Amino acid sequence: MIVFERVTKRYPNGREALTGASFSIDTGEMVFLTGRSGAGKSTVLKLIALIERPTRGTVSVDGLNLGQMRPHRLPAYRRMLGVVFQEHRLLADRPVFDNVALPLVVSGAKPAEVDKRVRAALDQVGLRGREPMLPNELSVGEQQRVGIARAVVARPRVLIADEPTGNLDPDLALEVMRLFKRFQDVGVTVVVATHDLHLVQQFGQRSIVLEAGRVLGSGEAPLPSMTASR
Amino acid sequence: MLSGYIAHHLRALLGSAGRLARAPFATFMTALVIALALATPLGLAVLVRNALAATGGFAAAMDLSVYLHASVPLSRAQALAHAARARAGVAAVDVISADDALQEFRRYSGFGDALAALPGNPLPNVLRVHPTAQASSAQALAALRNWFASRPEVEVVQVDADWVRRFNALLELLRRVLWVAGAVLSAAVLVVVGNTIRLEIANRRAEIEVVKLVGGSDAFVRRPFLYTGALYGATGALLAWAVVAAALLALQGPVSDLAQAYGSRFGIAGPTLPEAGLTLGAGTLLGWLGAWVSAARHLHSIEPRE
Repeated sequence: MIVFERVTKRYPNGREALTGASFSIDTGEMVFLTGRSGAGKSTVLKLIALIERPTRGTVSVDGLNLGQMRPHRLPAYRRMLGVVFQEHRLLADRPVFDNVALPLVVSGAKPAEVDKRVRAALDQVGLRGREPMLPNELSVGEQQRVGIARAVVARPRVLIADEPTGNLDPDLALEVMRLFKRFQDVGVTVVVATHDLHLVQQFGQRSIVLEAGRVLGSGEAPLPSMTASR
Repeated sequence: MLSGYIAHHLRALLGSAGRLARAPFATFMTALVIALALATPLGLAVLVRNALAATGGFAAAMDLSVYLHASVPLSRAQALAHAARARAGVAAVDVISADDALQEFRRYSGFGDALAALPGNPLPNVLRVHPTAQASSAQALAALRNWFASRPEVEVVQVDADWVRRFNALLELLRRVLWVAGAVLSAAVLVVVGNTIRLEIANRRAEIEVVKLVGGSDAFVRRPFLYTGALYGATGALLAWAVVAAALLALQGPVSDLAQAYGSRFGIAGPTLPEAGLTLGAGTLLGWLGAWVSAARHLHSIEPRE
């Protein structure tokens, strides 16, 4: 379970990205974070991934208070997360196989296990056979799917994705979201930050709407104010 | 779990070796700088060892010449020689009789006629004492000298060991220079490797961020850089060995010629297997250490960011 309690995040430049944000996400739930650019969606994901720490308030994941987590516990915590970026952040000089294998390698998995699970993850995202290719030999959509395969290969408990469909055409975006839904179906908590309300509506999952760092509300469809802002 | 751990180490090692191999010129230049730093102490060590080998006959060079009073007969000289041979630290004693000495002097000096005009033999009987190698130290020689000097038959004891002492002092100085150079140049290797690894870390910042984001520990992230540092050090050590071996090869001829001029068959010897092994070990360790210091300092500050 992910819980934000009166969380405020102020960056060193003085910008307050979140102001007293409170919400919770159940284990195994799929939730969309929606809102305009600068609303605080990415900050929520950064706080969950412990890329940032809250200025005030408490963020907890599965009972762990992230603000008090010691640095040496960070790697083990991050191994229970899967993170998907809009810009993919693949290692350009490594083949697809190595990129996807990375979370397994850092956790010390046996080579045979790595091999089996990487191929399974690539199969899930429809990229079997692309193992030896370099990321720049793939299309943008394929690179995004490699990023997703990397995020799920180690069977994370929580999957977070920041604008994962930003660079994809509508069909591919839909396919990626279906993929996330399949992970949720097997018990993974999925948090997707997106401003694509059309996609959000199609999936009928709960949305948490952010506006200027504040939580406007949450529900199973985008709120009217959000719709109006687009 | 263990096979995964070993596989990761192997992957890190091979990955580091691959990275170095893909930039051969930069790798060679860095390794060459390390090699020059390591070659200096290695070369000095080889020089000291060869100097010791070349002066292995110092025990003979430090013979004592014991001049007896002119009145001491040959029989007493031989009795004294017999007593001296029984002493510890004495390898051999030759008795040079006054008659033999005169004949030799007559033969080589060119004063034959003048010597014939003398009423008698002015030369004394002499003992040539050869100390053992173990008794060639300054203290042992002094004790032996005092023993002869205390005998009533003896007029003068001559030990010409000053130049040997000077040479030994020079060797000791060289040994100290070797240690100081070793320490200073080891620090240079640390700096060279540390700076190279710092640049490597800066170039791979994006990759490090991703690895940390998927749960890579500091040890995991650090490992390839440690292997890179160790490989730089090992390559530098091998190059250092090659540099010293090449330098000695160039010196071999002139040194042999010089030794022959002094009637010696001394030939300069290259680095021994233990010396080569020590250099390789030291180079690898210094490379690893330099990388560790640099990685510990710079990796800490790299954290995932958007």
